[in-house]
This record gives sequence, C-alpha cells and structure tokens, in this order.
Amino acid sequence: MPLRTESPAKALVISNVTRRFRVARRVITALDHVTTQTSAGLVTGLIGPDAAGKTTLMRLIAGLLRPDEGAISVFGTDVGANPLAVQGMISYMPQHFGLYEDLSVRENLDLYADLQGVPAAERPARYAELLHMTGLHPFTSRLAGRLSGGMKQKLGLACTLIRPPRLLLLDEPTVGVDPVSRRELWQIVDHLVRGAGMSVLLSTAYLDEAARCDEVLLLHEGQLIGTGKPEDFTRAMQGRSFLAHAAGSPKRALQTALASTPGVTDSLIQGEAVRLVLEAGMAPAAIQPAGIAGLTLSPTPPRFEDRFVDLLRAKTSARGATPAPLPPAATAAPRAGAAIEVAHLTKRFGAFAAVDDISFTVQHGEIFGLLGANGAGKSTTFRMLCGLLPATSGHLRVDGFDLRATAAAARGRLGYMAQKFSLYGDLSVIQNLRFFASAYGLRGAHRTRRISWALREFELDDYANATSHDLPLGFKQRMALACALMHEPGVLFLDEPTSGVDPLARREFWRRINALADQGVTVLVTTHFMDEAEYCDHLVIMAQGRILASGTSESLKTAARTAALPAPTMEDAFISLIAASSAKPEEQAA
Amino acid sequence: MNAQLMRLHGLIRKETLQILRDPSSIAIAFVLPTLLLLLFGYGVSLDARHIGLGLVVGQPSAAATSFTAQFRHSPYFTPHDFANEPAAETALNNGEIDGFIWLQGNFARALAAGQSPAIALFVNGVDANNARLIENYVQQSWAGWLSRQAALAGAANPAPIAIESRIWFNPAVSSRDYLVPGLIAVIMTLTGALLTALVIAREWERGTMEALMVTRVSMHEILIAKIIPYFLLGMGGMVASVLIAVFLFGVPLLGSLIVLTLASSLFMLASLGMGLLISTVAKNQFVAGQIAIITTFLPAFILSGFIFDISSMPLPIRLLTHIVAARYFVAILQTLFLAGTVWPVLLPNLFALLVMAVLFLGLARLTAHKRLD
Repeated sequence: MPLRTESPAKALVISNVTRRFRVARRVITALDHVTTQTSAGLVTGLIGPDAAGKTTLMRLIAGLLRPDEGAISVFGTDVGANPLAVQGMISYMPQHFGLYEDLSVRENLDLYADLQGVPAAERPARYAELLHMTGLHPFTSRLAGRLSGGMKQKLGLACTLIRPPRLLLLDEPTVGVDPVSRRELWQIVDHLVRGAGMSVLLSTAYLDEAARCDEVLLLHEGQLIGTGKPEDFTRAMQGRSFLAHAAGSPKRALQTALASTPGVTDSLIQGEAVRLVLEAGMAPAAIQPAGIAGLTLSPTPPRFEDRFVDLLRAKTSARGATPAPLPPAATAAPRAGAAIEVAHLTKRFGAFAAVDDISFTVQHGEIFGLLGANGAGKSTTFRMLCGLLPATSGHLRVDGFDLRATAAAARGRLGYMAQKFSLYGDLSVIQNLRFFASAYGLRGAHRTRRISWALREFELDDYANATSHDLPLGFKQRMALACALMHEPGVLFLDEPTSGVDPLARREFWRRINALADQGVTVLVTTHFMDEAEYCDHLVIMAQGRILASGTSESLKTAARTAALPAPTMEDAFISLIAASSAKPEEQAA
Repeated sequence: MNAQLMRLHGLIRKETLQILRDPSSIAIAFVLPTLLLLLFGYGVSLDARHIGLGLVVGQPSAAATSFTAQFRHSPYFTPHDFANEPAAETALNNGEIDGFIWLQGNFARALAAGQSPAIALFVNGVDANNARLIENYVQQSWAGWLSRQAALAGAANPAPIAIESRIWFNPAVSSRDYLVPGLIAVIMTLTGALLTALVIAREWERGTMEALMVTRVSMHEILIAKIIPYFLLGMGGMVASVLIAVFLFGVPLLGSLIVLTLASSLFMLASLGMGLLISTVAKNQFVAGQIAIITTFLPAFILSGFIFDISSMPLPIRLLTHIVAARYFVAILQTLFLAGTVWPVLLPNLFALLVMAVLFLGLARLTAHKRLD
C-alpha cells in the first residue's frame, strides 16, 4: 500500500527557517534558524511566551509569509513552491479567527463549506457532527457576533474543520477563553486527532497546556530551545521540585530567603507554600536558608514550566539565579483599617448588571486577586475602584477615601498598571518616567530622586535612552510598574500583569510585587490566568457580575476536592464553581 | 457545481448577506448620494440671485426712477436705497450690500442735454464671481436702458451692433442643470472607491481576510466576489442619483439611456478598481476611508471639470486631470444630460474610461496577493 511508505510520516519539516521583520529602521529576527519536524497524527504544541515567534511560524507554514532563509514542507510539499497545494491540505485558525459577525452560525459554516469545496450531499452529516461536538446546535441561527467568546472560538474551530484537513494549524485558540470553554476546546482537539487521525499544530502561551500535547516545540525569542514529548521535559526535572513550608515564617519571607539560598534554582509562591526547584543532584536536606527554622520540604511532581525555567536560566546565565537584594521600604506608612472596602457594589448598563451586588475587603499589605473569565465583571469593578466609572449603588473606599465623594484624592493614592502597559511607545524610557513623574505632580529634587530610584530599582539604567516600544516585553513591564509606582501609592492595581510574559520575567515581576506587599503596599490583581491566582493571599472568583466564592487559593482548591479529583488545580476549582453556579438557576426553575 | 463556482457562489452570498445586514454599505450606496445631491443641488448655485444692491440717487428725477426701476424688478437684486454716497459706502464696508450704483446729481440734466451721463458702480470684489456678475448686469442694463431712452426720444440706436445672444444646451442658463450631472460623477467616485476600500479593510481588521487566504480561494476569486455585489450596489446608487436629478431637480436627460448605462458601468468598474487598489495598501478602515477621500473624491471634485474649468488650469494641472477618471465621466454625463448622444464627444471619453477601468482593475489584481508580506 502506498500509505505504508509514508510511515512514520512527518507532517511538517522545517529546515533552517529564518524570518526577519523590518520595523522602522530596526530589524527584528522573529525566527532564528529554526529546524524541526512534527509527526503525523499527533498534537504538537508550539509553546512559548508572547513575541516568541509562534504566529510567524504559523503564517510561514500557511504560506502567508515567505521565509528569508530555509524551507518548510507540509507532507512533503514545499510551501514556497506550491502554496495553493499546501493550503488545500491544511486548515488554519488565526489568533483572532475571522468569523463574519453579521452572519449566523449556519451561514458561517456554509461559507467555509463552499470555500473548502464540501459537496452539498456531505454537509448535513458534517454540520451535525461539528455542531454536536462544539455544543452550538441550539444556536445555528444566531449571529456569530452575538456568541460568547468561548462559543466564537468553537465556531471558528468548526469552520476550519468543515472539511477535515490533513494538518490543522491553531494559533493560540485558548487565549482569553474562560477555563470551561478552554477545556471543551481541548476535548474537541483530542477527539479530532484520536478519532480522525488528523495532525495538529497548536500554539499557546499557557505552559500548563504542554502536558495535553503529544509533542512539544518550545520557542523563546525566535529560537527553538527544546523539543520532545512533554514527559521528557518533566522527566528531566524529576526529583528536583519541592513544596517548602516553615512554621513561623510567612510565605513571602520564606520565599525571599529561599531565593538566595545556594542550591535553589527557582522559588515561587504557590498558595500557602513556596515551590522550589533545586539544582540537579542537590539533596533536599542540604537546603539551609539563612534565618529560617523548621523548614520542611515535600516532593511535588515537576511541571513543564520548571524545565522551561531551567532551560532559560541555562541560556541566560547572565541574569543569574539570585535576584538582586530588595530595596529599602519607600512607601508611606500604612493606615489603620482596610485598604479597600467594597460593599454591595452594583453597576448597571441599562438593564444589564455588569457588577451585581458584590462585597469584599482587602487588608493593607495584602495581594488580592479578582479571578474570572472575560465578561465576568472584573474590568468594570476595577474601573469603579479606580474612580473611572461611577457606581450605580453601593459603597467603595480605597485607602480610606470614599470614591463617590473624593475620587480625585483617592486616585492620588493609587498606582495602576494596565494590561497592555499603556506607555508612550515613541518616547524613551527616561522620557516616560519624567512624564509620569510630572503627571503625578512630582517636582524638583523629589522628582529627580524618584526617577533615579526607578532607573536603579528596575535596572533600567542601560535602557534609559532606548525607545520604549523597542524594549523586550519584560523590560516594558518593568517600566510600566516603575511608572505606576512613581508617586509611591499605597494601593497598586494590576490588570492581568503577567499573561504572556516569559516565566523568568514573571518571576522577577512577582518578586518585586511581593517586596512591595511586605512594605505595606496593597496590591489588587485582576486576571483570568489561573497561575497568577496562586500568587495572591486572598481571592474572589467572579462570574456574570457576581462573586461565586472567596478565600485563599488553598481553601478554594480544597473545596473542589472530590474522590475523582484528589489534587485539584486552581482551574479545576474554578470550573467546579462555575458548574455549580450554572446548575443553580435550573434548580430554581424546576 | 465545480469547486471554483462553489467558492465564488459562497463568497458572493456572504457579501450579499453582509450588505443586507450591515446598514453602512447601504448608507454609502444610497443615503450618501441622496444627501450630497440634495445638499449640492439646493445649496450650491453659481447663479447670482438676491444680490444686495445699493442705489444712491443724487437728485430724484423721472429718468433716475426709470433707470433704477430695472433693478427693483429684477429677480437677481434686492435693492436698498441710500440718501448719499458715504452711507452706501458704509453699508458696503459692513457687508450689508454687495455693491451700489451712484447716480450723481447731474444725471437727469446731462441726459436731457443729450450727453451720456456717467454713473458710478462700486462692487465688493472679494467674491470675484459675484462681482463680475453685478458688473456685467449693470453694464447691460445701462446699455439697454440708454438705447431704449434713445428710441423713446426718436433718435437712432446709438449702439452700432445689436447682440442677439442665444445659449445652447442649457437654455435656462441654470447652473443646477450643469452641476447636478457633474455631481453624480463625483458622488459615484466616492461611492465606488469607498465601498470596496472600506469593506476589504474591514476584513483585514476583523481577521477574516487572514482566514480566507488560507483556504483554496485564489486571489482573483476574492476580487471578483467583491466586485460583483458592490458593482450592483453602486449601480443602484447611480440609478437613484439619476432619478433624483431628473425628477427632483428637473435636469433634462436628452441622451441615450443605453450609453448612460454603459458609461456608468465603465466608470463604476474604474472606481471599484481604485477601491481595491487602496485596500491592498490600507488595512484598516480609517486609513482606507481617508485615502479613498483624498485620492478619489477630492480630485473628482477639483480636477474633473465639474466646477472648475479644466481648460483654464495651468498646464501641469491640466495634464494631471487626465488620470482622474471622473474627468471623462463628467464630460459624458454633461453631454448626455444636456446635449444628447453626441458621439464625437462621447467616444473618446468612453474609451478613456475603458482604459481607466482596465488600468485600475489590472493594478489591483497585480498588487493583491495571498500573502501578508
């Protein structure tokens, strides 16, 4: 049989591919001599933080871009030589899949069926299968624009699958999707490959999704830094991951101590414990952090992220394993009472309640997380807390100021770091710092002192005259944080601060945030990113404008523990809460 | 159905559904032309009417009254009387009147003595067009009145030649009849280019183009599927504009409807080609809209001969007008509406439109490719 000769087939052969982009007068190397192969019939994960080159690689495979060097072939067909033939074999779902929002679900399917040449006779069966798989069958006549984010993503997937391709390219299909939809998307992908023998290349910035792939390509700043089965990645870290507890030492002090302990390559707060990765061959008993008594280390299974961090540290040894010592406290003395008080807060837009009677209290020096999917009401709550949006009803006080009465005074006490680092990209680092210092009303010697503090503390000296939008993502984030802290605020608001940032930059960021919290700064974080929730002292989970649950990450995970799921993750806890809340209205209706 | 037809069918159906559901395309095709036609048709007129004209009569007399009566009964002027010259001058300075006529105290006496008395005319020259109109009208009235006075007095006609003027093709000398056909060309330029440029830029913005490009669709299928529905929509707008011109503004349509349809089709194709070309450069709606207005609407307005006469432009500008498709369409429309099917005028312009349509569509096809770089 001719098929035999293809086995073991390669879906993709990428040979020495380099792709550069010219932005203004600079040349950015998006992909740097990447050589790899993927196997047919498997789910290959293309994993890497933002700006790793994932989308560029996807577009090169799809024939939308041409490589500067090297070649790519799909099932033996060269993309450069014959893009139409390759496009006949693949389906591609771009990051923001272009659904026609003014067309219904059914009409979108019809369009892609026509484009992919699906014979009319085969359509009813195919539609039924896809609609069943995606759970969209009750909504076939609904306009695509009226679907929720998760449903849109599933419809996009259904459109790309209307004619089963040999290779399916999915560019970050799970980004910004709530955990429930994310899990459903993965079930569809699993079903496809296992059931239909399709090859899939799926890119993601969520490192925890690596474990769901059959094989993984790990991309960082345009370079392929690791390939293999996800188990290979974690196996390399076997016996090096531990959870540390120390009675009498707060977790942040423990983490700080452990971070500078010889033999520890990585330390991270996880719930109430500190997660450690030790140097290869290091015995847990040999870990002796200074000034910490009663340290207990319990082994924990290694994660994909541990290996990624290990590889990154090996590559960028210059950055060092031990972070710089913490700066002295530079914040105002904390006041008595709660830092943020929210009572019966409601925001209505017409008949729609974006935030529906929520209450919570945040103590001084606490890191507090607002967790929820897109559209849960996080951003609306955030804007009300910043005094940008008036509340319909309820009370809210930030650092002792009532936002309904003295929004301006309250705003002077807040620092805010927006999700996309709202900085002036055309200005240099120092110009941005000067601007924000002036905008916050700093002047004279005080202003000079704060700017030099920012350059020193955030290690931005070398970049002071660099144009902001040319900075690496991690440095942009540092600069955004520096700007938000310029006026020494007592309360710091962070909107999805580290989603898509590489794990080293994320660790560094949280080290600074932890140090600030230790100095008494109150930190409020909104995120849909389950990992970030682990860094918080206290969490509330929001859905449809309401608070579903609150507590520590430990208590929320414990509540989700069942016989079938003895060690639930934060995501499991989230999904079980969502499932419980959506079951309730049906009970009432019954 | 073969695969290519199926793809085209799918794309055209999609485009049609989008047009029907998204009011913005319909607005551009029908509401924009209607609005502009009403605005320009009623608002812009090159005819002088109700011009404020001051009359200063130094010494009232039968002759002076007879002369000024012409202005009092003219639809073109709104007369204002002033007791003396300084008062009229003040009014002119204040912008209350656009000019004044001063009949000096010796007017009747000089006339009776058989002399030709001098009359003074002061005109606000800021609006050169209006000033020239006033000047011409007053001079004609003066000459006409003098000869009538002479005839009354039994003397021979003092003017050696009598000019019998006859105006062809626009006998009413109504600037609206002349402007509205040209306006249709300007509007259709905007509609054709804006429609396609915006619609494709929207596909780039929403990411639908990227998804489309990775299917087996070829670039010319994408282009054809854009051209067909928007051609029909644009022609719908054209029909609406012609109906408004003929039935609302009463502009005569003397030429052949078949030639009008042919010329409009060629012009619409050239405009759509321009829009497609813009969309290959501009990938967001705002930029596409700006480029469409600057590269199609403004040249069509200024360089098409719709308002400003091409033959009086300096040579470099005159050469530039040859690449403005609207120029040829304006000439065709003005001919078809006001003069009829005059082949010697129509043929070269039709040929030029054909060249323009082929040029822009060809360029659009050459520059569009299924890649992002």
